[in-house]
Amino acid sequence: LKVINCCVWDPSGEIFELKAELNSDKKEKKKEAVKKVIASMTVGKDVSALFPDVVNCMQTDNLELKKLVYLYLMNYAKSQPDMAIMAVNTFVKDCEDPNPLIRALAVRTMGCIRVDKITEYLCEPLRKCLKDEDPYVRKTAAVCVAKLHDINAQLVEDQGFLDTLKDLISDSNPMVVANAVAALSEIAESHPNSNLLDLNPQTINKLLTALNECTEWGQIFILDCLANYMPCDDRESQSICERVTPRLSHANSAVVLSAVKVLMKFMEMLPKDLDYYGTLLKKLAPPLVTLLSAEAELQYVALRNINLIVQKRPEILKHEMKVFFVKYNDPIYVKLEKLDIMIRLASQANIAQVLAELKEYATEVDVDFVRKAVRAIGRCAIKVEQSAERCVSTLLDLIQTKVNYVVQEAIVVIKDIFRKYPNKYESVIATLCENLDSLDEPEARAAMIWIVGEYAERIDNADELLESFLEGFHDESAQVQLQLLTAIVKLFLKKPTETQELVQQVLSLATQDSDNPDLRDRGYIYWRLLSTDPVAAKEVVLAEKPLISEETDLIEPTLLEELICHIGTLASVYHKPPSAFVEGSRGVQHKRLPARMGAGLGVAPAAMPASLGGAPAVGGGLGDLFDLGGGVGMPTGSYVAPKTVWLLAIKAKGLEISGTFARRGGIIQMDLSLTNKAMSVMTDFAVQFNRNSFGLAPAGPMQVLTPLSPNQTIDVSLPLSMSGPVMKMEPLNNLQVAVKNNIDVFYFSCQYPLSLLFVEDGRFYRQVFLATWKDIPNDSEAQFQIKDIHLNSDVASNKLQGSNIFTIAKRTVEGQDMLYQSIKLTNGIWVLAEMRIQTGNPNYTKTNGFRDCMQKQMYDSTSVVRFSSK
Amino acid sequence: MSASAVFVLDLKGKVLICRNYKGDVDMSEIDHFFTLLMQQEEEGLVCPVMSHGNVHFLWIKHSNLYLVATTNKNSNASLVYAFLYKLVEVFTEYFKELEEESIQDNFVVVYELLDELMDFGFPQTTDSKILQEYITQKGNKLEVAKTKVPTTVTNAVSWRSEGIKYKKNEVFIDVIESINVLVNANGSVMSSDIVGSIKLKTMLSGMPELRLGLNDRMLFALTGRKNQTILHCLSDELMKRISPTNVKPLIWIESVIEKFSHSRVEIMYMKTDLIQSLSFSLFQAKGQFKKQSVANNVEIRVPVPSDADSPKFKTSTGHAKYVPEKNLVVWSIKSFPGGKEFLMRAHFGLPSVENHELEGRPPITVKFEIPYFTVSGIQVRYMKIIEKSGYQALPWVRYITQSGDYQLRTNS
Repeated sequence: LKVINCCVWDPSGEIFELKAELNSDKKEKKKEAVKKVIASMTVGKDVSALFPDVVNCMQTDNLELKKLVYLYLMNYAKSQPDMAIMAVNTFVKDCEDPNPLIRALAVRTMGCIRVDKITEYLCEPLRKCLKDEDPYVRKTAAVCVAKLHDINAQLVEDQGFLDTLKDLISDSNPMVVANAVAALSEIAESHPNSNLLDLNPQTINKLLTALNECTEWGQIFILDCLANYMPCDDRESQSICERVTPRLSHANSAVVLSAVKVLMKFMEMLPKDLDYYGTLLKKLAPPLVTLLSAEAELQYVALRNINLIVQKRPEILKHEMKVFFVKYNDPIYVKLEKLDIMIRLASQANIAQVLAELKEYATEVDVDFVRKAVRAIGRCAIKVEQSAERCVSTLLDLIQTKVNYVVQEAIVVIKDIFRKYPNKYESVIATLCENLDSLDEPEARAAMIWIVGEYAERIDNADELLESFLEGFHDESAQVQLQLLTAIVKLFLKKPTETQELVQQVLSLATQDSDNPDLRDRGYIYWRLLSTDPVAAKEVVLAEKPLISEETDLIEPTLLEELICHIGTLASVYHKPPSAFVEGSRGVQHKRLPARMGAGLGVAPAAMPASLGGAPAVGGGLGDLFDLGGGVGMPTGSYVAPKTVWLLAIKAKGLEISGTFARRGGIIQMDLSLTNKAMSVMTDFAVQFNRNSFGLAPAGPMQVLTPLSPNQTIDVSLPLSMSGPVMKMEPLNNLQVAVKNNIDVFYFSCQYPLSLLFVEDGRFYRQVFLATWKDIPNDSEAQFQIKDIHLNSDVASNKLQGSNIFTIAKRTVEGQDMLYQSIKLTNGIWVLAEMRIQTGNPNYTKTNGFRDCMQKQMYDSTSVVRFSSK
Repeated sequence: MSASAVFVLDLKGKVLICRNYKGDVDMSEIDHFFTLLMQQEEEGLVCPVMSHGNVHFLWIKHSNLYLVATTNKNSNASLVYAFLYKLVEVFTEYFKELEEESIQDNFVVVYELLDELMDFGFPQTTDSKILQEYITQKGNKLEVAKTKVPTTVTNAVSWRSEGIKYKKNEVFIDVIESINVLVNANGSVMSSDIVGSIKLKTMLSGMPELRLGLNDRMLFALTGRKNQTILHCLSDELMKRISPTNVKPLIWIESVIEKFSHSRVEIMYMKTDLIQSLSFSLFQAKGQFKKQSVANNVEIRVPVPSDADSPKFKTSTGHAKYVPEKNLVVWSIKSFPGGKEFLMRAHFGLPSVENHELEGRPPITVKFEIPYFTVSGIQVRYMKIIEKSGYQALPWVRYITQSGDYQLRTNS
């Protein structure tokens, strides 16, 4: 039995023969044998049995033979880890070979042998190669660090290879720099929080210098790395843009796209009124157009990205519509993308041309493309209001062609047009009805039924039409069934006399004979509505529908921002964030575009004028939380103080700002009213905060969409985040704000109620409350009396809870109610409170203690106590 | 960041050769590629990116091969495609034709090249001229020669070896403009643009710096550029002049098709003239060249229905040929002076049974080449060579305007 086990299955004797040849004395024969082994490996035969014999050939001075053996090793080492160790010696020796080609080959192959056992033997040779005199070896060794990190990250860190790799960024050879950057980026990607690529203006400068000198691929590595950098101000970002711009004229599409990514990102930081901003915008159009003359696959990637760029900055390509016209020999995926971009660029100025093109496409042969083209006409109608009429007549022309799928697509989009422009194009309904019989796709049938139901009062034979659909009710798809149910109910409400039977019929079909729960539920609801209160039914079913939005297919802004940061990558092709399709990237931080700085604010936000005396203090202390003015009733949310004037018009060239703060659904908002008391129109509003005690910062730009004309007031809600820079202010809740418009920059300061910072999960653990309470040192405690409050303890507790002050426990001692409460601030500080309420006595005594769970010592006890004393 | 592995497949989806660069994607995943592709082809929705589970396939097709890159990361897709096309370019330089057989016959070199072209998913040296300096078809023996890495590989000037010497120092400059035109069936120009490039063939000794001055104050500074370099002229000044600001199509075609419903005979007339836009040429203004340029090797391809037969042609100049396998009539004219008009009359028999199947309507396409002429008016004003030894170099400039994607849509 033993003997049989040792036998290798080798029916033709091939392996045996090769074995003999591999051990031959003649060099040529040996080489030929290894070639044969590799050939067998290539066609998928298992030649792993020859491992020791092949490894024996490794020590050779023939470069070609060596390469072949290395290739064999890479393929089989993983399946034969024990034997792979046999090769280690030769690797170590080869790493010291006088020929740099061999040194590099050895270090390159070493990293590809993914066997954990041998990694530690490779550290010394790698260390030497990283400092090799020949740049070819160094650039190969740089990549090897990334390979080794992939196999054994800890080892690479312990051996200090990461620091050596960082040093290589300053290497004199641009190719070494590029590979070091690539390797570091790769490692950083798998360790998102490692802060490996510690980019600062100095290293950025080195990268930009290397950028001009390295290969096209190196340029891509460097550009992709630059895109992750966050410049400190708009001047730095402008200077980077200036140095990256020449890459836009590179012949390699990938270099161009990576450069576009850097520019799109850093452009965010440039003030829009800067001349350079306009110049840069103009410079972006030609390279994007030129990408369309690349190979089809590269065109496709470019088009997917242009689709994003057009959504983010429509002004770049608004005059380039024509280059997106479809060519006869474009592959279908290019055609469809071009079509999509055409719609996005469609405007009143070019709509005539677009429509003529779309009509042309709608008569082509390719069914999928034709369908998309017909839908595109509908999208044009919805997007460009002035063109709606022309679009509708184009669609009617197409319906006249009687080509089945064209008619069906046209009907689907006409339904959308009706929803955008109600009571405008009903004259076409007759034409649509003529084509009722040819509709065989559910979507088209559903659309047609919707139209009939919606305009039942204008279609004389609406009941007949709908009845004809009802015959095969159970064979229809769910969307048609639902639509039919609704349409008949609508019809009944509009023409109750003739259609009673019909509605009975559909209701019983939907509720009794159907297995579809959605359909049944909708049927029952209608039934009950109709039988209990027909007037209400009319109000519900025939309610005025909201108009459909202009562009329902726009990518949501935060996703768009993230995708712009990923220009050129798969994410930009899929239009999905990387976390949606890359495993293990869920925890990775989503990339964001940098925030634009207000003019002059970016430089020194700390240098805000201090002479802002007289800023009205904002109410909103603890007393307000009880909602004293409001009397009884449970507050549903936290208390919001009325708006007070923060910036007087005389101090701000006619701009008056009043505002307040609110906490809604866990989001802090600054509600502002901007009033224009000047004679001229105000535009281009932006807002910025100085550093403050709790790091409050605007979470997005201020949305003032329309220009503010004289004597007009606009209310704006600015969501705030807590991620801004922190600096202790005096008083603690002071906030200095700068608002910019087309006239000037204005500064004011205001104070926010600390209750703004009480978070929703501020309920302390009941079990540990007492112990924690006892732990609080006496000097962290404070006591106050709140006077003239006529509330009992339950009402008070309810009201406070609305402001995220949670009652943990309550007890009654000697006729006094004691409430034990907790508050958590946004920065993690806990405040515990004891409130004593003497029934009949309108004075409360409150004892506060605070405990800093996060051990942040930034705020001393007095700061917290001050808030409570208000 | 980039590809995890690269595969070369034949038309049936069999792996001919592959290289695993990163080891983070199972090599057997490639088995799904062909199934996915077939599925998409059936649905008529082929896409250059496909995914199966968390593995993404980025692929291109070249002759009878598929080149596929796999990845499971958010790779730089444009880099991957650019690299795959570079692979095609390098393999073609090495084996003349890149096809199934050349891969099989040269698998050793292919492995070597794959090893050198990309490392751990990062493209490395991809210039075939440099690669050929140290990866040769014949195995090189160490003791004989080549114990050095060509300095070019990592040189700051990565595209040029040191110590090059020519007897005569010359530079050949080709200013090439390709014209893309799309004309509607009713004769209106839908889009027209120019893709300009400057190609240099340099025969310069040493490590010179070459400065090229063009009008429009465009300047390219090149350091010892490689022998043939394509520079995309995209400086904004240039684009402003040549981009869609309505370049007139240089060759205009009109056709009349008469269908006789009973005899099923189709007659086409065509009129062609090289329009006057030539006269705005800068050369004419300077009087450096004769007034009218001549277009060479003009080829007009007219699509005809697939069931046409017994063609008869009459042309005033040049000759026409029917290419039934492509459903085309090709009318070629050797030389076509500006401002002239030529005519072709084509006559086809059509079968008496009408073809009900919908056929696409391919556009008329035109190919031509006009020497000594650029539409944009770009000119090389001066060339300066700066080299240590201070030799004089002779510049030779050639201007060519040629057809790019030149499509004229037809009526059905």
